[in-house]
Amino acid sequence: MSALSERPQNPLVGLAVPHESADLHVTGEALYTDDLVQRTKDVLHAHPVQAPHAHARIASLRTEPAYAVPGVVRVLTADDVPGVNDAGVKHDEPLFPTEVMFHGHAVCWVLADSIEAARLGAAAVQVGYEPLPSLVTVREAIEAGSFQGGQPHMARGDVERAFEESDHVFSGELEFAGQEHFYLETHASLALVDENGQVFVQSSTQHPSETQEIVAHVLGRHSHDVTVQCLRMGGGFGGKEMQPHGFAAIAALGATLTGRPVRLRLNRAQDMTMSGKRHGFHAEWRVGFDAHGLLQALDATLTSDGGWSLDLSEPVLARALCHVDNAYWIPNVRVNGRISKTNKTSQTAFRGFGGPQGMLVLEDVLGRCAPLLGIDADELRRRNLYTHGQTTPYGQVVGHPERLHAAWEQVHASSDFVARTEDVALFNRAHPHTKRGLAITPVKFGISFNLTAFNQAGALVHVYKDGSVLINHGGTEMGQGLHTKMLQVAATTLGVPLAKVRLAPTRTDKVPNTSATAASSGADLNGAAVKNACEQIRERLCQVAATRLGVSPGDVRFVDGQARAIASSSERVPWEEIVHDAYFQRVQLFAAGFYRTEGIHWDSSIFQGEPFKYFAYGAAAAEVEVDGFTGAYRLRRVDIVHDVGDSLSPLVDVGQIEGGFVQGAGWLTLEDLRWDESDGPGRGRLLTQAASTYKLPSLSEMPEEFNVALLQHAPEEGAVYGSKAVGEPPLMLAFSVREALRQAAAAFGPVGTSVDLASPATPEAVFWAVQQARGAAQGAPEHGHVVEGAPGVVPDQPAEGAPEYEPESERVQHELSTT
Amino acid sequence: MTSDEVSAMTTQRTDLTVTVNGRPVPLTDVAAHTTALDWLRDQGLTGCKEGCAEGECGACSVLVARPGLDTPTEWTPLNACLMPAASLGGQEVVTAEGLGTPDRLHPVQREMAVRGGSQCGYCTPGFVCSMAAEYYRRGRCTGAPGPDGAGDMHEHGPNGFDLHALSGNLCRCTGYRPIRDAAYALGEPEDDDRLAARLDAPPPEPVPARVARAGAELVRPADLAEALRILAERPDATLVAGSTDWGVEVNLRGSRAALTVAVDRLPELRAFSVTDEWVEIGAALSLTEAERRLDGRVPLLAEMFPQFASRLIRNGATIGGNLGTGSPIGDTPPALLALDADVVLTSAEGERQVPVAEYFTGYRQSVRRADELIRAVRVPLPLARLTAFHKIAKRRFDDISSVAVGFALDVEDGVVRRARIGLGGVAATPIRARATEAALTGRPWREDVVRRAAEVMAGEGTPLDDHRASAAYRSAMLGQALLKLYAHDTSLEGVGA
Repeated sequence: MSALSERPQNPLVGLAVPHESADLHVTGEALYTDDLVQRTKDVLHAHPVQAPHAHARIASLRTEPAYAVPGVVRVLTADDVPGVNDAGVKHDEPLFPTEVMFHGHAVCWVLADSIEAARLGAAAVQVGYEPLPSLVTVREAIEAGSFQGGQPHMARGDVERAFEESDHVFSGELEFAGQEHFYLETHASLALVDENGQVFVQSSTQHPSETQEIVAHVLGRHSHDVTVQCLRMGGGFGGKEMQPHGFAAIAALGATLTGRPVRLRLNRAQDMTMSGKRHGFHAEWRVGFDAHGLLQALDATLTSDGGWSLDLSEPVLARALCHVDNAYWIPNVRVNGRISKTNKTSQTAFRGFGGPQGMLVLEDVLGRCAPLLGIDADELRRRNLYTHGQTTPYGQVVGHPERLHAAWEQVHASSDFVARTEDVALFNRAHPHTKRGLAITPVKFGISFNLTAFNQAGALVHVYKDGSVLINHGGTEMGQGLHTKMLQVAATTLGVPLAKVRLAPTRTDKVPNTSATAASSGADLNGAAVKNACEQIRERLCQVAATRLGVSPGDVRFVDGQARAIASSSERVPWEEIVHDAYFQRVQLFAAGFYRTEGIHWDSSIFQGEPFKYFAYGAAAAEVEVDGFTGAYRLRRVDIVHDVGDSLSPLVDVGQIEGGFVQGAGWLTLEDLRWDESDGPGRGRLLTQAASTYKLPSLSEMPEEFNVALLQHAPEEGAVYGSKAVGEPPLMLAFSVREALRQAAAAFGPVGTSVDLASPATPEAVFWAVQQARGAAQGAPEHGHVVEGAPGVVPDQPAEGAPEYEPESERVQHELSTT
Repeated sequence: MTSDEVSAMTTQRTDLTVTVNGRPVPLTDVAAHTTALDWLRDQGLTGCKEGCAEGECGACSVLVARPGLDTPTEWTPLNACLMPAASLGGQEVVTAEGLGTPDRLHPVQREMAVRGGSQCGYCTPGFVCSMAAEYYRRGRCTGAPGPDGAGDMHEHGPNGFDLHALSGNLCRCTGYRPIRDAAYALGEPEDDDRLAARLDAPPPEPVPARVARAGAELVRPADLAEALRILAERPDATLVAGSTDWGVEVNLRGSRAALTVAVDRLPELRAFSVTDEWVEIGAALSLTEAERRLDGRVPLLAEMFPQFASRLIRNGATIGGNLGTGSPIGDTPPALLALDADVVLTSAEGERQVPVAEYFTGYRQSVRRADELIRAVRVPLPLARLTAFHKIAKRRFDDISSVAVGFALDVEDGVVRRARIGLGGVAATPIRARATEAALTGRPWREDVVRRAAEVMAGEGTPLDDHRASAAYRSAMLGQALLKLYAHDTSLEGVGA
């Protein structure tokens, strides 16, 4: 067992403790960024002027009429920017645009004494637009050849020869929707210039360091002039990784220009029409199986809908390619990726970060092909699971595949899969108008940022003279329980009770140059950094205690707030006394911790490497019941076995699994982003821009029976206290729901019916699938059927001169390593 | 009539006070459009959150002391984002901060905290308020079903907790299982619980009130006569009866009416009576109150109520309001059309009765004159034997219909004697499916007849493609609704999904 993964005696990690802020949450006392406005004097409120065109040139901008509105103090435009007019790091996201790139794009911002005055002021601003042609759907972009960024290419083996040698070749298309984050707390920033001339920004951000960088470059100041603090977020899910920067910069710009605090909080419609979402994708695929249903080859082209700017689309696409295999061995692979440029919001990170999109393609292929192969879908999936010694298409050995099989076998048994499959068949024979489906799907998800440099973290730990401990780290809290885990890690490492440790809000003047709290890596990275800082202090205190106890420092242990020697008869000295002694012996009682993930490397120009420290595994079995009259359905039961390594905090981890699963089910079945694709005046407008039109799962979508188990005996050697990352992987367990719906719909037709299911599988989509199964698809939308045999659908290959794939961030790293 | 004249002819108070978490707070600096949510947050009660500002997410849920049925007062959870702050005058409000503190958690807060019911915590205060209301429902622990009935055992806990109580609250983090477990773990309030004790005293009376600022005013008249007097003088007045639509218009569309008249607490509009000929439901009874007063007496309505938005909305929204807004996708009109109900309109000149089928004249338009109020809805008796309400939506709780169908059929000796079918979501107004009714009336209640009628029904109305559903699906659902009704009437197959 490694030093990183080994647990001491009586560890506080592993205990099921409630969220560290639970008592504040339930009493309404937990503060979020916008709650600070009531505590701040003379605040100005910001309101955007949003363009009513999908694509247009801004011909004129008259702000004077806004100043006629009582209460309006300032209108911010491009002319006000002292630094760089850009909200991103790639210089393709002007903070104040000269060209409107999507419906709802903010042209300028009005600051006023009240939000009402700011709203009226924004309505008074006169903007002259010259409309330009627009591309709204990914298909339109493909036809127009409108792409952005590099085009990755992942290959192994010889797909053409493998197709020739395959017993079955199928091909088809799939287009599926993105997803709105719908964190309950919309984007919010509150900026002020403090007594020392420092720009202080409270922001609901997953990436305070990057928010700080963007604020600094917009203001033309150095990073040390800007401090960003994130108290906590009311949900993030990736939507606050890149997107908060511009909003924070507007608030900061307003504060520096007016000398008054500026609050920028988006209302829901603004948040939904201005901020990026999960990428929808279009996929063309060709797949070969041998006579036993074993995958022989996959040829696919994935085109993501990137929206108007590059944002995080490149790494999202890279992760999609890295997860197209999900948990299955495919000897011959050729997958191309490209990012369409459309006149929509700039699509961005969302829990899973492309992984779910890549995996959906292959799970859809398996679900559609199983009936054509005459193999039950669960059996087809089981046969193709990775086994020992196999590698992913990008060349990484699949570590611990036995855990994937263990999760699968365990959920197969605990869900009583065999008997219930029989029950479902009996039910379906007895019910002409109602059918059930039961499906099981696996998850394999790679943990680490694809870009090696991001896999670092820092922490700052103070022990005060009274023995109390204060920790800071670079990760942000968005509900995922990171701070809870960090408290447990610190208390475990120092051997003190949880109550001795307090965690201060995340801010850039405590721990600098942090990575985003993203990629499920928050606990892995920051936990190791907190542990490192605590270990430095503990080692120093061991010296102090050793003198006091008269033993060698190596024999001192801190357990339950006491120092003692390893001998059980040892004297016990309270932690506080050791700390007190240490101070008077002039021993340093604080430390900065640091961690870098070892043993990973990645080269996306050849799409090869070992980008992931390890894989997280899981499996889920879901049963649904579909009403053949309407396509409405219920989720009757879900069983999950998921691998979180040796859990740091079981209550938190189970919460992540359940919440991720339901959010994934929402993406796949319910949440329906609709844009105006007509040629009318509203072209490009987001039609579902409110909670009343964009439906996320409510209590009625929760599985009626929901059993979640953590995979036992699966400590992860390479991570803090043997744990594994948990934020993203469970989202993809929800493929089981989609596949169960497909099977239930197919049950309305003869045995062996292959059903195409749109995504999201809303009741309407399921109804058309049922109609397809019944062979009566009049009126059903075209959805593209599976084609058997060659040539079928041949995925687009990269055009001559297509830009190579090497993201900006990686280019920087390359330059560093070659000079 | 100017605003001064309105003020001169009415009896409302402008020096309003609200009891918030047990303490009186003056209701100052409030405009007609100020929501209770914004006002509470301005008082420093920032536990009350804005998630959507349209009554969909429940993050702003607070408890308001309202007249009860089982006890004199009931703690009624409402969306603060949809309530005019002015409507709080003289009322008692409890927020999450008032239920407990971190040192002294309320039982609901304790269960939510220890079971992992909060992750990001943003929706949590709203969930806590909705859950607390059901916690305090008298008779819950002794098995009395909630207002939405005990139909589905998956939706009631062993402690009698009715999950519909949480249908108007959204959580994006937890997946809801720990929230359900917290709700199902609640015991009974302790003997010294002051909020439980409050239920046995009378509720605060509605206070006639007037707030005016920047040329816009909101008036709560003292009685019907005064309301009608104002309406007669001011045809531009916006009527509010529950304000669940008003809040959306104010928050999302920036609507700022010059004069808003709130009629939802007028005693004359809150009557409920049953005679041999009809059931009369006061227009200003909330949907929850109407549901409980009816107590299953009209099965078609009993089937409709739990599908109407969410409990949080039903606690505020009224039947009169749902007809008054005239939306083509309101859920009560298809049911009332099938029941052949009448709308009772009243004005200074007297009352008239209009069949619901003749009430709507165009998109959000009706025969109601500007000087008229909806006083009540009358459902004629006896009721048809075979009734059903089918709502097609993406989500089972808390969604808006893409199609809604109300059925009321009299089948005698295997023959359809009379058929009334109300439709929502397929035309600019709610409509009767006249052609389908004709295709059924006088014919045997038999599969071949039903199949032919279903084809007719699929051609009713002029459905549109929109973000909720395609026109093709809407049409298909009309025909399917009749087939489903027939299948359920003639077989024992479960209701299923």
